Amino acid sequence: MNGPHDMGGMTCYGPVEREENESLFHARWEKRVFAMTMLSLGGIANLDEFRHAIERMDPVHYLSSSYYEHWLAALETLAVEKGVLTSEEIASGTLQNETGKPGEKPSPLPPEVVATVVRRGASAERDTGRLTPLFKPGDHVVARTINPTGHTRMPRYVRGKAGVIDRVHGTFLYPDTNAHGGDEQPQPLYSVCFAAQTLWGPDTPRRDRLYIDLWEDHLKSA
Amino acid sequence: MSNDHNHPHNAPPDPRLEKHTSPEQTHALEDRVKALESLLTQKGLVATQTLDKMVDLYENDLGPINGAKVVARAWVDPAYKQRLLSNATAAIEELGFGGLQGEHMVVVENTPATHNVVVCTLCSCYPWPVLGLPPTWFKSAPYRSRVVIDPRGVIREFGLELDESIAIRVWDSSAEIRYMVLPERPSGTENMDEEELAELVTRDSMIGVTKVQLDTQQAA
Repeated sequence: MNGPHDMGGMTCYGPVEREENESLFHARWEKRVFAMTMLSLGGIANLDEFRHAIERMDPVHYLSSSYYEHWLAALETLAVEKGVLTSEEIASGTLQNETGKPGEKPSPLPPEVVATVVRRGASAERDTGRLTPLFKPGDHVVARTINPTGHTRMPRYVRGKAGVIDRVHGTFLYPDTNAHGGDEQPQPLYSVCFAAQTLWGPDTPRRDRLYIDLWEDHLKSA
Repeated sequence: MSNDHNHPHNAPPDPRLEKHTSPEQTHALEDRVKALESLLTQKGLVATQTLDKMVDLYENDLGPINGAKVVARAWVDPAYKQRLLSNATAAIEELGFGGLQGEHMVVVENTPATHNVVVCTLCSCYPWPVLGLPPTWFKSAPYRSRVVIDPRGVIREFGLELDESIAIRVWDSSAEIRYMVLPERPSGTENMDEEELAELVTRDSMIGVTKVQLDTQQAA
């Protein structure tokens, strides 16, 4: 969707504000939101659904709230949408009716496995789906002009623009569909190089380049 | 492009933009988050001690020191540098780093003629195993929006002047590939060992908004 998160190329937000010796978290609640998302999201939704839930925030709230407030909003949204909690339960902080048999309650990860889970990671690469890349490095391509109302990882500033395939990363799940119920549609993922002048006009320094990762469904031959 | 184009770089920060959370807002958020933690705990999705451990890991075990070790190794070991530039994930794994938000790494090299800088315009993707969690400015609207269209202007705000003879490459992390910059080794460091070199390497130089300096090390 064409939302406020897709901010590449805007010049209205002023200078970059930096905080010297910034601490990792600015309040206790940020730590808890970070950890809760890291540990519970896997049982609720996938990462692309999570990103899309952030993008669906009220635009004014999105721009005026902090990073971990985005996470909190998305976690609450998905917990309700996926039937884990009701909005009444979130508002009241109390479980209304504990459904299911006692034995069916999932058991949370114990602390001793945290380091292993983080170290193992969760790759989005797949060995199924469209495995043979349509394009190779050096091929001229055009980013399709699309304006989906759902999730997309192709920002507006490259749509319709001509670029060159820089490298093929492999076959990766496609966030644009995975964000909608987990339809992975694995396909080749490319690093695509755009001349800054193509994106921003002739006044831009001639040698500058922008590299972005795009999936095969985002691209067509030039 | 001239350097005096008309972007409002010198405008004051917009007070409506994030991070200026009032004490009242913080209090309300603390309550809201406590309630959510209680609900998710009762549902069996999280456990308090596991949450504590997750926070502890990112506060204490992961950070830019990991990336600095990778950079220092690449500076002293040309064969390692080649492996790092051709298969960063495997080369970083050699030093014992990898995992969440670093499953697929690409390292891009700064040279006298080319300067790389990393962003995620759509959210805040960042290579956690080598740099830890990102600073707020990396996640902020001013950085995410402007570094793609005016990288020189943004980098200048970090104190680095790059003229137009230097090609700037901006890497927008739109997929699950994570990017890190291999900064240039500063001159005057020929006699330093790997450990001393790692101490010079800053987080910001591995994002690509600064260079590694021998004398004036930037904070972080």
